[in-house]
Amino acid sequence: MALLEVQNLEVNYGLIKAIKGISFEVNQGEIVSLIGANGAGKTTTLHAISNILPKSGGKVFFDGEDITDKKAHELVYMGIAHVPEGRRIFSELTVYENIQLGFFSRKDKREYEQSLQMVYEYFPVLQERQNQIAGTLSGGEQQMLAMSRALMSKPKLLLMDEPSMGLSPLYVNTIFEIVQKVNRESGTTVLLVEQNAKKALSISSRAYVLEIGNISLTGTGSELLNNKSVIEAYLGGE
Amino acid sequence: MTATTFIDGLSLGAIYALIALGYTMVYGIAKMLNFAHGDIIMVGAYTVYSTLLWMGKPILAVIFAIAVCVILGVVIEKVAYKPLRGASPLAVLITAIGVSYLLQAIAQLAFGAKAVPVGLPRFPVLHIGDKLVVNVSTLITLGVGSVLMIALTLFIKKSKIGRAMIAVSEDRKAAQLMGVNVNRIISLTFAIGSALAAVASIFYLMQIPNTSPTLGSMPGIKAFTAAVIGGIGSIPGAMIGGVLLGVVEKICLSIPALNPYTTAIEFAILIVILMVRPTGILGKKIREKV
Ligand SMILES: Nc1ncnc2c1ncn2[C@@H]1O[C@H](COP(=O)(O)OP(=O)(O)OP(=O)(O)O)[C@@H](O)[C@H]1O
Ligand SMILES: [Mg+2]
Repeated sequence: MALLEVQNLEVNYGLIKAIKGISFEVNQGEIVSLIGANGAGKTTTLHAISNILPKSGGKVFFDGEDITDKKAHELVYMGIAHVPEGRRIFSELTVYENIQLGFFSRKDKREYEQSLQMVYEYFPVLQERQNQIAGTLSGGEQQMLAMSRALMSKPKLLLMDEPSMGLSPLYVNTIFEIVQKVNRESGTTVLLVEQNAKKALSISSRAYVLEIGNISLTGTGSELLNNKSVIEAYLGGE
Repeated sequence: MTATTFIDGLSLGAIYALIALGYTMVYGIAKMLNFAHGDIIMVGAYTVYSTLLWMGKPILAVIFAIAVCVILGVVIEKVAYKPLRGASPLAVLITAIGVSYLLQAIAQLAFGAKAVPVGLPRFPVLHIGDKLVVNVSTLITLGVGSVLMIALTLFIKKSKIGRAMIAVSEDRKAAQLMGVNVNRIISLTFAIGSALAAVASIFYLMQIPNTSPTLGSMPGIKAFTAAVIGGIGSIPGAMIGGVLLGVVEKICLSIPALNPYTTAIEFAILIVILMVRPTGILGKKIREKV
Protein backbone atom coordinates (compact mmCIF):
# COMPACT_ATOMS: atom_id res chain seq x y z
CA MET A 1 0.00 0.00 0.00
CA ALA A 2 1.21 3.47 -0.79
CA LEU A 3 2.29 5.61 2.15
CA LEU A 4 1.11 8.76 0.38
CA GLU A 5 -1.56 8.68 -2.24
CA VAL A 6 -2.68 11.78 -4.08
CA GLN A 7 -5.87 11.43 -6.14
CA ASN A 8 -7.00 13.99 -8.71
CA LEU A 9 -5.55 16.90 -6.76
CA GLU A 10 -6.69 20.30 -7.96
CA VAL A 11 -5.55 23.66 -6.67
CA ASN A 12 -6.73 27.04 -7.87
CA TYR A 13 -5.39 30.49 -7.12
CA GLY A 14 -8.52 32.51 -7.69
CA LEU A 15 -9.45 31.78 -11.28
CA ILE A 16 -6.06 30.35 -12.18
CA LYS A 17 -5.90 26.57 -12.16
CA ALA A 18 -2.41 25.82 -10.89
CA ILE A 19 -2.86 22.06 -10.38
CA LYS A 20 -5.29 20.40 -12.74
CA GLY A 21 -6.16 17.05 -11.22
CA ILE A 22 -2.92 15.15 -10.66
CA SER A 23 -2.59 11.69 -9.14
CA PHE A 24 0.54 10.04 -7.86
CA GLU A 25 1.76 7.91 -5.03
CA VAL A 26 4.79 7.42 -2.86
CA ASN A 27 5.42 3.97 -1.42
CA GLN A 28 6.89 3.14 1.95
CA GLY A 29 10.68 3.52 1.88
CA GLU A 30 10.92 5.19 -1.52
CA ILE A 31 12.57 8.41 -2.57
CA VAL A 32 10.25 9.86 -5.20
CA SER A 33 10.95 13.08 -6.98
CA LEU A 34 8.65 15.54 -8.59
CA ILE A 35 10.51 17.52 -11.21
CA GLY A 36 9.38 20.36 -13.41
CA ALA A 37 10.20 23.83 -14.63
CA ASN A 38 9.55 27.11 -12.82
CA GLY A 39 5.86 27.60 -12.23
CA ALA A 40 4.93 23.99 -13.00
CA GLY A 41 3.16 23.72 -9.64
CA LYS A 42 5.59 21.71 -7.54
CA THR A 43 5.47 23.96 -4.49
CA THR A 44 1.71 24.31 -4.84
CA THR A 45 1.40 20.52 -4.75
CA LEU A 46 3.41 20.19 -1.55
CA HIS A 47 1.59 23.05 0.12
CA ALA A 48 -1.74 21.45 -0.73
CA ILE A 49 -0.62 18.09 0.67
CA SER A 50 0.48 19.80 3.90
CA ASN A 51 -2.77 21.74 3.99
CA ILE A 52 -1.17 25.13 4.36
CA LEU A 53 -2.96 25.86 1.10
CA PRO A 54 -6.59 24.87 0.46
CA LYS A 55 -7.32 22.26 -2.20
CA SER A 56 -9.95 22.85 -4.84
CA GLY A 57 -10.51 19.16 -5.45
CA GLY A 58 -9.18 15.66 -5.01
CA LYS A 59 -8.15 13.55 -2.08
CA VAL A 60 -4.96 12.73 -0.22
CA PHE A 61 -4.37 9.57 1.78
CA PHE A 62 -1.53 8.97 4.21
CA ASP A 63 -0.89 5.56 5.67
CA GLY A 64 -4.36 4.53 4.50
CA GLU A 65 -6.05 7.45 6.25
CA ASP A 66 -7.87 10.23 4.44
CA ILE A 67 -5.95 13.41 5.32
CA THR A 68 -7.58 15.65 2.74
CA ASP A 69 -9.14 17.92 5.35
CA LYS A 70 -6.80 17.47 8.30
CA LYS A 71 -5.34 20.61 9.85
CA ALA A 72 -1.78 21.40 8.84
CA HIS A 73 -0.45 21.02 12.37
CA GLU A 74 -2.18 17.66 12.85
CA LEU A 75 -0.28 16.20 9.91
CA VAL A 76 2.98 16.75 11.77
CA TYR A 77 1.71 14.58 14.61
CA MET A 78 0.75 11.90 12.07
CA GLY A 79 4.30 11.79 10.72
CA ILE A 80 4.57 14.22 7.81
CA ALA A 81 7.37 16.77 7.88
CA HIS A 82 7.74 19.48 5.26
CA VAL A 83 10.94 21.35 4.49
CA PRO A 84 9.44 24.33 2.70
CA GLU A 85 10.76 26.17 -0.31
CA GLY A 86 13.04 29.01 0.75
CA ARG A 87 13.79 27.17 4.04
CA ARG A 88 11.66 29.48 6.19
CA ILE A 89 13.68 28.98 9.34
CA PHE A 90 12.78 31.22 12.28
CA SER A 91 15.42 33.84 11.73
CA GLU A 92 15.05 35.60 15.09
CA LEU A 93 15.59 32.43 17.10
CA THR A 94 18.87 30.65 17.60
CA VAL A 95 19.86 27.53 15.70
CA TYR A 96 19.19 25.46 18.79
CA GLU A 97 15.76 27.01 19.35
CA ASN A 98 14.82 26.25 15.76
CA ILE A 99 15.81 22.65 16.24
CA GLN A 100 13.80 22.54 19.47
CA LEU A 101 10.74 23.79 17.62
CA GLY A 102 11.16 20.89 15.25
CA PHE A 103 10.47 18.63 18.24
CA PHE A 104 7.25 20.52 19.06
CA SER A 105 5.02 17.59 18.17
CA ARG A 106 6.87 15.16 20.44
CA LYS A 107 7.27 14.90 24.20
CA ASP A 108 9.82 12.34 25.41
CA LYS A 109 12.99 13.93 26.81
CA ARG A 110 15.20 10.91 26.02
CA GLU A 111 14.00 10.77 22.45
CA TYR A 112 14.75 14.46 22.23
CA GLU A 113 18.40 13.87 23.09
CA GLN A 114 18.59 11.04 20.56
CA SER A 115 17.10 13.08 17.76
CA LEU A 116 19.32 16.01 18.62
CA GLN A 117 22.41 13.79 18.49
CA MET A 118 21.25 12.43 15.16
CA VAL A 119 20.87 15.79 13.46
CA TYR A 120 24.14 17.04 14.95
CA GLU A 121 25.84 13.97 13.49
CA TYR A 122 24.32 14.68 10.09
CA PHE A 123 25.21 18.35 10.26
CA PRO A 124 28.10 18.97 12.71
CA VAL A 125 28.24 22.62 11.68
CA LEU A 126 24.87 23.18 13.36
CA GLN A 127 26.23 22.00 16.68
CA GLU A 128 29.14 24.42 16.36
CA ARG A 129 26.69 27.19 15.63
CA GLN A 130 23.88 26.20 17.95
CA ASN A 131 23.76 29.55 19.75
CA GLN A 132 23.96 31.65 16.60
CA ILE A 133 20.88 33.58 15.50
CA ALA A 134 19.49 31.48 12.66
CA GLY A 135 18.98 34.44 10.36
CA THR A 136 22.73 34.97 10.25
CA LEU A 137 23.51 31.47 8.91
CA SER A 138 24.63 31.05 5.32
CA GLY A 139 22.09 29.78 2.82
CA GLY A 140 23.49 26.28 2.90
CA GLU A 141 23.55 26.19 6.68
CA GLN A 142 19.96 27.42 6.74
CA GLN A 143 18.97 24.57 4.46
CA MET A 144 20.64 22.14 6.84
CA LEU A 145 18.80 23.74 9.72
CA ALA A 146 15.47 23.51 7.91
CA MET A 147 16.11 19.85 7.26
CA SER A 148 17.20 19.19 10.85
CA ARG A 149 14.12 20.92 12.14
CA ALA A 150 11.97 18.63 10.02
CA LEU A 151 13.87 15.50 11.08
CA MET A 152 13.34 16.35 14.75
CA SER A 153 9.68 15.38 14.34
CA LYS A 154 10.79 11.84 13.37
CA PRO A 155 8.72 11.84 10.22
CA LYS A 156 7.51 8.81 8.30
CA LEU A 157 7.30 11.02 5.23
CA LEU A 158 9.61 13.91 4.45
CA LEU A 159 8.45 16.47 1.90
CA MET A 160 11.36 18.52 0.57
CA ASP A 161 10.94 21.54 -1.66
CA GLU A 162 14.02 22.39 -3.71
CA PRO A 163 16.68 21.81 -1.07
CA SER A 164 19.36 22.61 -3.64
CA MET A 165 18.02 26.05 -4.53
CA GLY A 166 20.74 28.66 -4.44
CA LEU A 167 23.38 26.36 -2.98
CA SER A 168 26.90 25.69 -4.14
CA PRO A 169 27.59 22.18 -5.49
CA LEU A 170 29.37 21.22 -2.28
CA TYR A 171 26.33 21.99 -0.12
CA VAL A 172 24.03 20.34 -2.67
CA ASN A 173 26.02 17.14 -2.39
CA THR A 174 25.92 17.23 1.40
CA ILE A 175 22.16 17.74 1.46
CA PHE A 176 21.49 14.97 -1.07
CA GLU A 177 23.79 12.57 0.75
CA ILE A 178 21.92 13.18 3.99
CA VAL A 179 18.56 12.70 2.24
CA GLN A 180 19.76 9.28 1.10
CA LYS A 181 21.20 8.49 4.50
CA VAL A 182 17.99 9.40 6.32
CA ASN A 183 16.08 7.29 3.85
CA ARG A 184 18.40 4.33 4.34
CA GLU A 185 19.01 4.51 8.08
CA SER A 186 15.63 5.64 9.43
CA GLY A 187 13.49 4.22 6.64
CA THR A 188 12.03 7.68 6.08
CA THR A 189 10.06 7.98 2.86
CA VAL A 190 10.91 11.07 0.84
CA LEU A 191 8.99 13.13 -1.68
CA LEU A 192 11.54 15.43 -3.25
CA VAL A 193 10.68 18.44 -5.37
CA GLU A 194 13.57 19.64 -7.50
CA GLN A 195 14.57 21.70 -10.47
CA ASN A 196 18.00 20.14 -10.24
CA ALA A 197 16.57 17.17 -12.11
CA LYS A 198 19.77 15.29 -12.74
CA LYS A 199 20.73 15.19 -9.08
CA ALA A 200 17.20 14.36 -7.96
CA LEU A 201 16.66 11.59 -10.49
CA SER A 202 19.98 9.99 -9.62
CA ILE A 203 18.89 9.32 -6.04
CA SER A 204 15.21 8.60 -6.73
CA SER A 205 13.54 5.23 -7.06
CA ARG A 206 10.77 6.82 -9.10
CA ALA A 207 9.88 10.24 -10.40
CA TYR A 208 7.06 12.27 -11.88
CA VAL A 209 7.42 15.12 -14.31
CA LEU A 210 5.05 18.01 -13.66
CA GLU A 211 4.22 20.33 -16.52
CA ILE A 212 1.95 23.36 -15.94
CA GLY A 213 -0.33 21.60 -13.51
CA ASN A 214 -0.35 18.13 -15.09
CA ILE A 215 1.82 15.05 -14.73
CA SER A 216 3.27 14.46 -18.16
CA LEU A 217 5.63 11.58 -17.53
CA THR A 218 6.53 9.04 -14.90
CA GLY A 219 9.08 6.28 -14.51
CA THR A 220 12.01 5.08 -12.44
CA GLY A 221 14.84 7.49 -11.77
CA SER A 222 17.13 5.91 -14.31
CA GLU A 223 14.41 5.62 -16.97
CA LEU A 224 13.78 9.33 -16.77
CA LEU A 225 17.49 10.13 -16.68
CA ASN A 226 17.73 8.46 -20.08
CA ASN A 227 14.44 9.71 -21.47
CA LYS A 228 14.95 11.88 -24.52
CA SER A 229 12.34 14.52 -23.71
CA VAL A 230 13.49 14.76 -20.11
CA ILE A 231 17.07 15.21 -21.26
CA GLU A 232 16.01 17.94 -23.62
CA ALA A 233 13.74 19.79 -21.24
CA TYR A 234 15.38 19.35 -17.85
CA LEU A 235 18.89 18.03 -18.19
CA GLY A 236 20.24 20.75 -20.43
CA GLY A 237 20.13 18.92 -23.78
CA GLU A 238 23.47 17.05 -23.77
CA MET B 1 11.16 66.87 38.76
CA THR B 2 10.90 65.35 42.21
CA ALA B 3 11.46 61.72 43.09
CA THR B 4 7.76 61.46 43.86
CA THR B 5 6.83 62.58 40.37
CA PHE B 6 9.25 60.10 38.91
CA ILE B 7 7.90 57.16 40.90
CA ASP B 8 4.33 58.16 40.07
CA GLY B 9 5.39 58.29 36.42
CA LEU B 10 6.97 54.85 36.53
CA SER B 11 3.84 53.47 38.09
CA LEU B 12 1.54 55.03 35.50
CA GLY B 13 4.01 53.80 32.90
CA ALA B 14 3.63 50.28 34.24
CA ILE B 15 -0.14 50.55 33.70
CA TYR B 16 0.33 51.76 30.12
CA ALA B 17 2.92 49.07 29.51
CA LEU B 18 0.61 46.29 30.72
CA ILE B 19 -2.09 47.48 28.33
CA ALA B 20 0.37 48.11 25.51
CA LEU B 21 1.55 44.50 25.77
CA GLY B 22 -1.91 43.35 24.72
CA TYR B 23 -1.86 45.55 21.62
CA THR B 24 1.65 44.57 20.66
CA MET B 25 1.32 40.83 21.22
CA VAL B 26 -1.92 40.61 19.29
CA TYR B 27 -0.36 42.65 16.52
CA GLY B 28 2.73 40.48 16.41
CA ILE B 29 0.95 37.15 16.50
CA ALA B 30 -2.52 37.67 15.03
CA LYS B 31 -1.35 40.51 12.72
CA MET B 32 -4.21 42.81 13.63
CA LEU B 33 -4.87 45.99 15.58
CA ASN B 34 -7.36 45.12 18.28
CA PHE B 35 -9.03 48.44 18.86
CA ALA B 36 -11.42 46.88 21.36
CA HIS B 37 -8.52 46.17 23.69
CA GLY B 38 -8.98 49.42 25.65
CA ASP B 39 -12.58 48.50 26.39
CA ILE B 40 -11.44 45.35 28.12
CA ILE B 41 -10.15 47.70 30.82
CA MET B 42 -13.64 49.15 31.17
CA VAL B 43 -15.16 45.67 31.43
CA GLY B 44 -12.60 44.84 34.10
CA ALA B 45 -13.56 47.98 35.99
CA TYR B 46 -17.30 47.21 35.92
CA THR B 47 -16.55 43.66 37.02
CA VAL B 48 -14.71 45.07 40.03
CA TYR B 49 -17.62 47.45 40.65
CA SER B 50 -20.25 44.68 40.48
CA THR B 51 -18.31 42.25 42.62
CA LEU B 52 -17.72 44.84 45.32
CA LEU B 53 -21.38 45.81 45.21
CA TRP B 54 -22.63 42.23 45.66
CA MET B 55 -19.91 40.61 47.71
CA GLY B 56 -17.72 43.40 49.01
CA LYS B 57 -14.52 41.35 48.75
CA PRO B 58 -11.69 43.16 46.90
CA ILE B 59 -9.73 39.96 46.35
CA LEU B 60 -12.72 38.31 44.66
CA ALA B 61 -13.14 41.46 42.58
CA VAL B 62 -9.58 41.10 41.33
CA ILE B 63 -10.01 37.41 40.48
CA PHE B 64 -13.36 37.94 38.75
CA ALA B 65 -12.06 40.90 36.77
CA ILE B 66 -9.19 38.81 35.41
CA ALA B 67 -11.45 35.83 34.67
CA VAL B 68 -14.14 37.90 32.94
CA CYS B 69 -11.60 39.80 30.83
CA VAL B 70 -9.77 36.63 29.77
CA ILE B 71 -13.00 34.91 28.75
CA LEU B 72 -14.25 38.01 26.98
CA GLY B 73 -10.96 38.51 25.10
CA VAL B 74 -10.91 34.91 23.89
CA VAL B 75 -14.59 34.93 22.93
CA ILE B 76 -14.25 38.20 21.01
CA GLU B 77 -11.37 36.72 19.03
CA LYS B 78 -13.30 33.54 18.25
CA VAL B 79 -16.56 35.24 17.33
CA ALA B 80 -15.49 38.48 15.69
CA TYR B 81 -11.91 38.13 14.42
CA LYS B 82 -11.34 34.46 13.62
CA PRO B 83 -13.92 34.38 10.80
CA LEU B 84 -11.93 37.23 9.22
CA ARG B 85 -8.59 35.46 9.13
CA GLY B 86 -7.16 36.23 5.74
CA ALA B 87 -9.61 39.07 5.11
CA SER B 88 -8.33 42.55 4.31
CA PRO B 89 -6.75 44.37 7.27
CA LEU B 90 -9.28 47.15 6.84
CA ALA B 91 -12.21 44.78 7.37
CA VAL B 92 -10.58 43.48 10.55
CA LEU B 93 -9.86 46.99 11.80
CA ILE B 94 -13.44 48.11 11.26
CA THR B 95 -14.71 45.00 13.01
CA ALA B 96 -12.49 45.78 15.99
CA ILE B 97 -13.84 49.32 16.15
CA GLY B 98 -17.35 47.84 15.97
CA VAL B 99 -16.59 45.51 18.88
CA SER B 100 -15.31 48.48 20.86
CA TYR B 101 -18.56 50.40 20.38
CA LEU B 102 -20.57 47.29 21.11
CA LEU B 103 -18.85 46.80 24.48
CA GLN B 104 -19.38 50.47 25.37
CA ALA B 105 -23.04 50.30 24.39
CA ILE B 106 -23.61 47.16 26.46
CA ALA B 107 -21.95 48.78 29.46
CA GLN B 108 -24.13 51.82 29.05
CA LEU B 109 -27.29 49.70 28.92
CA ALA B 110 -26.25 47.71 31.96
CA PHE B 111 -24.78 50.41 34.16
CA GLY B 112 -25.91 53.73 32.71
CA ALA B 113 -23.85 56.44 31.05
CA LYS B 114 -22.83 58.24 34.23
CA ALA B 115 -19.59 57.50 36.04
CA VAL B 116 -20.01 55.41 39.17
CA PRO B 117 -17.61 55.13 42.10
CA VAL B 118 -16.09 51.66 42.15
CA GLY B 119 -15.30 51.54 45.83
CA LEU B 120 -11.90 49.90 45.96
CA PRO B 121 -10.32 50.42 49.39
CA ARG B 122 -8.07 53.48 49.71
CA PHE B 123 -4.40 52.90 50.28
CA PRO B 124 -2.29 54.80 52.82
CA VAL B 125 0.28 57.39 51.80
CA LEU B 126 3.87 56.83 52.84
CA HIS B 127 6.29 59.60 53.72
CA ILE B 128 9.83 58.43 53.12
CA GLY B 129 12.37 60.97 54.38
CA ASP B 130 11.03 64.50 53.99
CA LYS B 131 11.02 64.59 50.16
CA LEU B 132 9.36 61.39 49.00
CA VAL B 133 5.59 60.99 49.29
CA VAL B 134 4.15 57.88 47.68
CA ASN B 135 0.86 56.11 47.84
CA VAL B 136 1.11 52.42 48.64
CA SER B 137 -1.01 51.70 45.56
CA THR B 138 1.73 53.27 43.43
CA LEU B 139 4.28 50.88 44.87
CA ILE B 140 1.96 47.89 44.39
CA THR B 141 1.41 48.88 40.76
CA LEU B 142 5.12 49.24 40.18
CA GLY B 143 6.02 45.99 41.95
CA VAL B 144 3.30 43.75 40.54
CA GLY B 145 3.64 45.33 37.10
CA SER B 146 7.38 44.65 37.00
CA VAL B 147 6.97 41.08 38.17
CA LEU B 148 4.31 40.42 35.53
CA MET B 149 6.45 41.88 32.77
CA ILE B 150 9.51 39.87 33.80
CA ALA B 151 7.39 36.73 34.01
CA LEU B 152 5.94 37.34 30.56
CA THR B 153 9.37 37.94 29.08
CA LEU B 154 10.70 34.71 30.59
CA PHE B 155 7.64 32.78 29.45
CA ILE B 156 8.03 33.95 25.86
CA LYS B 157 11.79 33.43 25.77
CA LYS B 158 12.11 30.17 27.67
CA SER B 159 8.96 28.10 27.42
CA LYS B 160 8.00 25.81 24.57
CA ILE B 161 4.71 27.64 24.05
CA GLY B 162 6.48 31.00 24.18
CA ARG B 163 8.83 29.90 21.41
CA ALA B 164 5.83 28.75 19.42
CA MET B 165 4.40 32.25 19.82
CA ILE B 166 7.59 33.76 18.40
CA ALA B 167 7.46 31.24 15.57
CA VAL B 168 3.84 32.10 14.73
CA SER B 169 4.64 35.80 14.76
CA GLU B 170 7.54 35.32 12.38
CA ASP B 171 6.01 32.81 9.94
CA ARG B 172 2.59 31.40 10.64
CA LYS B 173 2.74 28.67 8.00
CA ALA B 174 6.21 27.51 8.94
CA ALA B 175 5.01 27.32 12.55
CA GLN B 176 2.13 25.10 11.46
CA LEU B 177 4.63 22.86 9.74
CA MET B 178 6.27 22.35 13.17
CA GLY B 179 2.94 21.12 14.53
CA VAL B 180 1.95 24.39 16.19
CA ASN B 181 -1.80 24.92 16.40
CA VAL B 182 -1.99 28.55 15.34
CA ASN B 183 -5.58 29.04 16.48
CA ARG B 184 -4.65 27.96 19.95
CA ILE B 185 -1.63 30.28 20.05
CA ILE B 186 -3.81 33.19 18.95
CA SER B 187 -6.40 32.38 21.64
CA LEU B 188 -3.64 32.25 24.22
CA THR B 189 -2.34 35.60 23.05
CA PHE B 190 -5.74 37.19 23.51
CA ALA B 191 -6.04 35.53 26.92
CA ILE B 192 -2.69 36.89 28.11
CA GLY B 193 -3.35 40.35 26.69
CA SER B 194 -6.77 40.51 28.35
CA ALA B 195 -5.44 39.26 31.70
CA LEU B 196 -2.80 41.99 31.67
CA ALA B 197 -5.48 44.56 30.75
CA ALA B 198 -7.60 43.37 33.69
CA VAL B 199 -4.69 43.83 36.07
CA ALA B 200 -4.04 47.24 34.53
CA SER B 201 -7.67 48.18 35.05
CA ILE B 202 -7.39 47.43 38.75
CA PHE B 203 -4.25 49.56 39.04
CA TYR B 204 -5.99 52.27 37.06
CA LEU B 205 -8.94 52.21 39.46
CA MET B 206 -6.55 52.69 42.36
CA GLN B 207 -5.72 56.07 40.79
CA ILE B 208 -9.06 57.08 39.28
CA PRO B 209 -11.77 55.65 41.50
CA ASN B 210 -14.71 55.94 39.08
CA THR B 211 -15.72 53.95 36.04
CA SER B 212 -17.89 54.83 33.06
CA PRO B 213 -18.60 53.11 29.72
CA THR B 214 -15.79 55.07 28.08
CA LEU B 215 -13.25 54.47 30.82
CA GLY B 216 -11.06 52.38 28.53
CA SER B 217 -10.72 54.94 25.75
CA MET B 218 -8.04 57.17 27.20
CA PRO B 219 -5.71 54.56 28.72
CA GLY B 220 -6.38 52.45 25.62
CA ILE B 221 -5.27 55.14 23.20
CA LYS B 222 -2.30 56.08 25.40
CA ALA B 223 -1.19 52.46 25.63
CA PHE B 224 -1.61 52.04 21.89
CA THR B 225 0.56 55.13 21.44
CA ALA B 226 3.10 53.56 23.79
CA ALA B 227 3.09 50.34 21.77
CA VAL B 228 3.69 52.28 18.55
CA ILE B 229 6.43 54.40 20.14
CA GLY B 230 8.17 51.24 21.35
CA GLY B 231 7.70 49.52 18.00
CA ILE B 232 4.45 47.65 17.55
CA GLY B 233 5.00 43.91 17.69
CA SER B 234 7.92 44.25 20.08
CA ILE B 235 7.35 43.17 23.68
CA PRO B 236 10.25 45.10 25.26
CA GLY B 237 9.22 47.98 23.01
CA ALA B 238 5.76 48.08 24.59
CA MET B 239 7.34 48.16 28.04
CA ILE B 240 9.74 50.96 27.14
CA GLY B 241 7.03 52.95 25.35
CA GLY B 242 4.63 52.55 28.27
CA VAL B 243 7.12 53.66 30.89
CA LEU B 244 8.32 56.56 28.75
CA LEU B 245 4.79 57.83 28.27
CA GLY B 246 3.87 57.41 31.93
CA VAL B 247 6.90 59.34 33.14
CA VAL B 248 6.41 62.11 30.58
CA GLU B 249 2.75 62.41 31.54
CA LYS B 250 3.44 62.77 35.26
CA ILE B 251 6.27 65.24 34.69
CA CYS B 252 4.11 67.40 32.43
CA LEU B 253 1.24 67.28 34.90
CA SER B 254 3.55 68.42 37.70
CA ILE B 255 4.77 71.50 35.84
CA PRO B 256 2.03 74.18 35.83
CA ALA B 257 3.12 75.66 32.48
CA LEU B 258 2.96 72.29 30.74
CA ASN B 259 0.03 70.80 32.59
CA PRO B 260 -2.73 71.80 30.12
CA TYR B 261 -0.71 70.45 27.19
CA THR B 262 0.11 67.05 28.67
CA THR B 263 -1.79 64.88 26.19
CA ALA B 264 -0.67 67.01 23.26
CA ILE B 265 2.95 66.58 24.34
CA GLU B 266 2.53 62.81 24.55
CA PHE B 267 1.21 62.59 21.02
CA ALA B 268 3.88 65.02 19.83
CA ILE B 269 6.47 62.56 21.15
CA LEU B 270 4.80 59.84 19.11
CA ILE B 271 5.02 61.95 15.97
CA VAL B 272 8.65 62.91 16.54
CA ILE B 273 9.70 59.32 17.20
CA LEU B 274 7.87 58.06 14.14
CA MET B 275 9.57 60.73 12.03
CA VAL B 276 12.99 59.68 13.25
CA ARG B 277 12.24 55.95 13.36
CA PRO B 278 9.10 54.98 11.43
CA THR B 279 9.09 51.54 13.02
CA GLY B 280 9.26 52.83 16.60
CA ILE B 281 12.12 52.44 19.05
CA LEU B 282 12.52 48.65 18.84
CA GLY B 283 10.34 47.89 15.85
CA LYS B 284 11.63 45.80 13.01
CA LYS B 285 11.30 46.51 9.36
CA ILE B 286 8.03 45.16 8.12
CA ARG B 287 8.62 42.23 5.85
CA GLU B 288 5.89 40.90 3.66
CA LYS B 289 5.61 37.13 3.57
CA VAL B 290 3.67 35.07 1.07
N1 LIG C 1 -0.15 32.83 -4.17
C1 LIG C 1 -0.31 32.69 -5.50
N2 LIG C 1 -1.25 33.39 -6.15
C2 LIG C 1 -1.45 33.23 -7.49
N3 LIG C 1 -0.75 32.39 -8.25
C3 LIG C 1 0.19 31.67 -7.66
C4 LIG C 1 0.47 31.77 -6.25
N4 LIG C 1 1.48 30.92 -5.95
C5 LIG C 1 1.81 30.33 -7.10
N5 LIG C 1 1.06 30.76 -8.13
C6 LIG C 1 1.14 30.32 -9.53
O1 LIG C 1 0.93 28.93 -9.57
C7 LIG C 1 1.81 28.31 -10.49
C8 LIG C 1 2.62 27.23 -9.79
O2 LIG C 1 3.49 27.83 -8.84
P1 LIG C 1 4.46 26.99 -7.92
O3 LIG C 1 5.08 27.91 -6.96
O4 LIG C 1 3.73 25.83 -7.39
O5 LIG C 1 5.54 26.51 -8.98
P2 LIG C 1 6.86 25.67 -8.77
O6 LIG C 1 6.77 24.48 -9.63
O7 LIG C 1 7.11 25.43 -7.34
O8 LIG C 1 7.95 26.67 -9.35
P3 LIG C 1 9.45 26.96 -8.88
O9 LIG C 1 10.30 25.87 -9.42
O10 LIG C 1 9.78 28.26 -9.52
O11 LIG C 1 9.46 27.01 -7.40
C9 LIG C 1 2.67 29.43 -11.06
O12 LIG C 1 2.13 29.79 -12.30
C10 LIG C 1 2.53 30.55 -10.08
O13 LIG C 1 2.62 31.79 -10.70
MG1 LIG D 1 8.52 26.02 -6.04
